[in-house]
Amino acid sequence: MKPRHWLRPALLFLLLAAGLLLGGCHRGEPLPFRLTNISGHMPDLDFKLTDDSGKAVTGADYRGKVAVLYFGYTHCPDVCPLTLAQLHVVMQRLGPLADGARILFVSVDPARDTPAIMHAYVNAFDPRAIGLTGSARAVEALSKRYRSAFTREPSSADGAYEVSHSSAIYVFDRDGRARVLATPSASQDDLVHDLHLLLDTGATP
Amino acid sequence: MKSSTLSLLLAGLLLAGGAHATDADHIRASHAWIRVLPGALPAGAYVTLENDGEQPVALRGAGSTVYAEVMLHQSSRAGGMSRMSMVDALNVPAHGKAELAPAGYHLMLMQPNAPVKPGDTVTLTLQFGDGSTLATDFIARPANALDAGDGHTDHAMPAMDHGAMPHDH
Repeated sequence: MKPRHWLRPALLFLLLAAGLLLGGCHRGEPLPFRLTNISGHMPDLDFKLTDDSGKAVTGADYRGKVAVLYFGYTHCPDVCPLTLAQLHVVMQRLGPLADGARILFVSVDPARDTPAIMHAYVNAFDPRAIGLTGSARAVEALSKRYRSAFTREPSSADGAYEVSHSSAIYVFDRDGRARVLATPSASQDDLVHDLHLLLDTGATP
Repeated sequence: MKSSTLSLLLAGLLLAGGAHATDADHIRASHAWIRVLPGALPAGAYVTLENDGEQPVALRGAGSTVYAEVMLHQSSRAGGMSRMSMVDALNVPAHGKAELAPAGYHLMLMQPNAPVKPGDTVTLTLQFGDGSTLATDFIARPANALDAGDGHTDHAMPAMDHGAMPHDH
């Protein structure tokens, strides 16, 4: 009869310890990313922009989703659509998990990219893509925040112009923390792998 | 009878000769496609050119009855920046080939006079430095296509299963 007295607290202690250990794994140990791990090196996702339905949004609106951030513009006929098409394939390969992720396509050409144009554009690539545009200042603030850059090139005679822009892809976890940096030439396997890690863990709604 | 056959043959030869002067008959075009973007946004056109002639040939641009403006462009990436620039010509070496493919050389198509939809065929007349031309049919592909959709891939892409694609938001 006597041993029973200490059995219960001991079990409780073991459970607690196990819980702490599991929790420790979750928080402390870095996820084995294949792409450039930027955890702790870039600020959390934050911006004040307008989404492609015309609604004012901030970074906080995408908490609970893994966010894949990419800067570009709709009058870009080659590299931007290629990158978005590749991200679409990545999303497809993630299967139902992809519902936990959003592609955030931020326009570096807000003068031409209205929410309506952005809406048609992003939906031509993936249903989980969101087009973000806003004032030149707001776009620049977001770009600077992630040490990204863009330059409007001189216009041609008919007023057409190109925008040179950073080609990086930034991945944020469900808590809005910057986790992974990729280039458009990154392998799709690596993108799928790293997104899988982020989508599997911390399934906060 | 005999003379009429001869004249027909001669006429045929003359016609062939006439065609020879303008057609780029040493150039073969394949995997020609256009990435269609919504609205009147500029689109990129891609094609593989093979030159089985003894002389190099330079692609200078293309003409179209559908697009008001066509420009030969090159995308490049340096220092983490993507940029696009106009190029005067793309060399197709003798007994060699040149590829216009995503993230590299492409024809930028602007101001379509009618909407171009995926599945449409658009003829672009490729123009070469020696004055020859080559009318080439380009297949219009969806925005999120990665290639001509004819089994040829410029990138090592896994096969896509469009049927299994979730469409929920």
